[in-house]
Amino acid sequence: MTDIVPPIARFREVLSKDLRRRYFATYTDTAVTLAFAALVLWVLWGLLDWAIADAVFSADGREACFQTEGACWSVVTNRWRIILFGLYPFEEQWRSAIACITMVIVIALSCLPWFWNARRLPLLWISGFASFYILMRGGLFGLTPISEREWGGLALTVFIFAAVSLIGMPLAIVFALLRRSSLPWISRIMALVIDTIRSLPLLTIMFTFALVLPFVLPGWAIGDTLYRVIIGYALFFACYQAEIIRGGMQALPAGQEEAAKALGLGYWHRVGHIILPQAFRNALPPTINQFVITFKETSLVTIIGFFDVMASGRAASGTAEWSFAVIEVYVFLALIFFTFTFSLSRYGAHLERRLSVGRR
Amino acid sequence: MTDLLKNRRLRDNVLQLVFVGGIALMLATFAVTGKTNLDAQGLTSGFGFLEKTTGWRIGFSLIEYDTSSPYWLAIVVGLLNSLLLGAICLPMATLIGVTVGVMRTSGNGMAELVGTLYVEAFRNVPLILQLLFWYALLLSLPNPRDAEPILGGIVMSGRGFYFPALNVLGSSVVVSLFVVLGGASLALWLQAVRWRDADPASARRERRVLGGLMVALVVLAMWLGRLPETGLVSLPELRGLNYQGGVRVAPELMACIIAISVYGASYIAEIMRAGFNAIPKGQGEAGHALGLTRWQILSRIRLPLAIRIVMPTMINQYVWLFKATTIGIAIGFADFFMVISTSIVQSGQTLELIGILMAGFLIINYSLAWVLNRVNDAIRLRGSQLRI
Repeated sequence: MTDIVPPIARFREVLSKDLRRRYFATYTDTAVTLAFAALVLWVLWGLLDWAIADAVFSADGREACFQTEGACWSVVTNRWRIILFGLYPFEEQWRSAIACITMVIVIALSCLPWFWNARRLPLLWISGFASFYILMRGGLFGLTPISEREWGGLALTVFIFAAVSLIGMPLAIVFALLRRSSLPWISRIMALVIDTIRSLPLLTIMFTFALVLPFVLPGWAIGDTLYRVIIGYALFFACYQAEIIRGGMQALPAGQEEAAKALGLGYWHRVGHIILPQAFRNALPPTINQFVITFKETSLVTIIGFFDVMASGRAASGTAEWSFAVIEVYVFLALIFFTFTFSLSRYGAHLERRLSVGRR
Repeated sequence: MTDLLKNRRLRDNVLQLVFVGGIALMLATFAVTGKTNLDAQGLTSGFGFLEKTTGWRIGFSLIEYDTSSPYWLAIVVGLLNSLLLGAICLPMATLIGVTVGVMRTSGNGMAELVGTLYVEAFRNVPLILQLLFWYALLLSLPNPRDAEPILGGIVMSGRGFYFPALNVLGSSVVVSLFVVLGGASLALWLQAVRWRDADPASARRERRVLGGLMVALVVLAMWLGRLPETGLVSLPELRGLNYQGGVRVAPELMACIIAISVYGASYIAEIMRAGFNAIPKGQGEAGHALGLTRWQILSRIRLPLAIRIVMPTMINQYVWLFKATTIGIAIGFADFFMVISTSIVQSGQTLELIGILMAGFLIINYSLAWVLNRVNDAIRLRGSQLRI
């Protein structure tokens, strides 16, 4: 019994060996490690100093902010309602908050594999989106109606993202199927459309849909600017996503479709039960990446003139009272976006690892 | 009737006809409505307005432009600004991205940590937010009067960055640029038709001749275009409230360069990491067994292989990065998109200008992709060079 190495010593041995291999293998390695460690510590120290140690947090701390070198979080504690909800009527902002939380829950739930089939996922998204819309728009169940023009802040960003995903995904499937259609005219035209839209910047597409389209559309089809921009963005999303789905389809062995044909399955059965489910499985990591990019680029609507979370953040520091604290507001906005996209992209990386394990 | 429906060729043709007809109908509706609206507003369609004077100023221009210049010149100014931004940001993003990618696969835990922090911090925040952040930061730098020159004459001030520059005419810079571009295209072409199958020694000799010729031409262009009675280099000097001499880079341009390079680099770093990880382990181990140093393994084995692996992905990334330069409008950098949108507001010639905008981006992006695809064809691994 005496020759058993105590676990703690064994742990220490492994740790020191691993430490040496990973950090201090050669003199160069040691130098690199120390230099980078110094860099990280220096940046971290400065950041903590600025963001916490020297910072002012109280809501009425405007005067105190001038006394210190640190961050002035007072602008956030004072104006967070503007940043999150924009111009939405003050008494009704709880609706905006619940609506946003609903949508976040929907996004979180769609990460569960249990929802991944053609019935549950659309149902989840449509019901989630409908409750979001009813909560925000009102007019039902005794809620005061509030038009889209008064929406703003994070709620508008979430709304645009959800609407783009909801319209763009089915559109992407249709585009992908049309592009690989065996009918030459359809596939060629679709390829041209997809490639053209993909080589245009999103900003020009949004701009065209917001300002140019009313010019060439017949009166009944013009609609609200917000919805036109959403449709333009959804089109852009669909073109990118269609290529991702097509990539997933191309990765399928040809035998899959041939076997389905040999069994006498029709086109819709082949596509719906054999090809698309496997193509989506192949294309899952890039799809999640696409959603991450889509959420980030939602912020471009601020250039077209919508009052999304970017614009409301700038409005929060836009008054003469708080104009000196613009960096703090940007950092706060960055944290909001970071929380969303970082968790989504971590989830994507986790999924990628899981799928690649299954394939090995 | 049911027989007709079951006839596959007929059904296919009808489907295609419906599809093409639907799109044609949509386009026709656009055209007719557009024409009606134009007539109602009393606007004349066509590109005649390009000759009219603009009457507005552009904040940053590489060529001569003032308020009496015509619209087409304004559009050229915007186009050149966009190209300039792309020409600076793409190489910068590549440089930073490759460095971070190497760090993340270096095997040194600390370097990997720093690389990961970089990628996660800059990839998860929207580009426009980063741009506004850098812009606010640059504007809050001290006045030129209080700014001290650093690193051999670079001045960082709230009114822009000042860099030392050569005392030459702008046109000789443009000529040199074309010499470099032309030489690079010639090299690519020669690589494809001549050097690939030629004897390596003679190919190397010819490459050196070509390189030497390019350097000589650039030096000649600079020499011919030098400004008389000035030194070779002009350094920024404080005169009164502002700096004179050197090259001033406006905060708008600087913020665009920093934001797009840093953001693009975080994506390129991920692509490079994937490329490094796709190299078979044996390649590096073989180099190690031959007694190569780590630097040699990286520069002679891993990096060349990784570049060839990631090239197709990188082409898409470059096109995407170039499209991202339109973001400059958020802080008032007069790029192609901003000039076009200002022209639309000022002249009302919406359809023509949007047409120019789309055509411009299609041409630039397709040629960028075409050139990069040729590069890819020229350097791609053939046969069994890479066994995965």
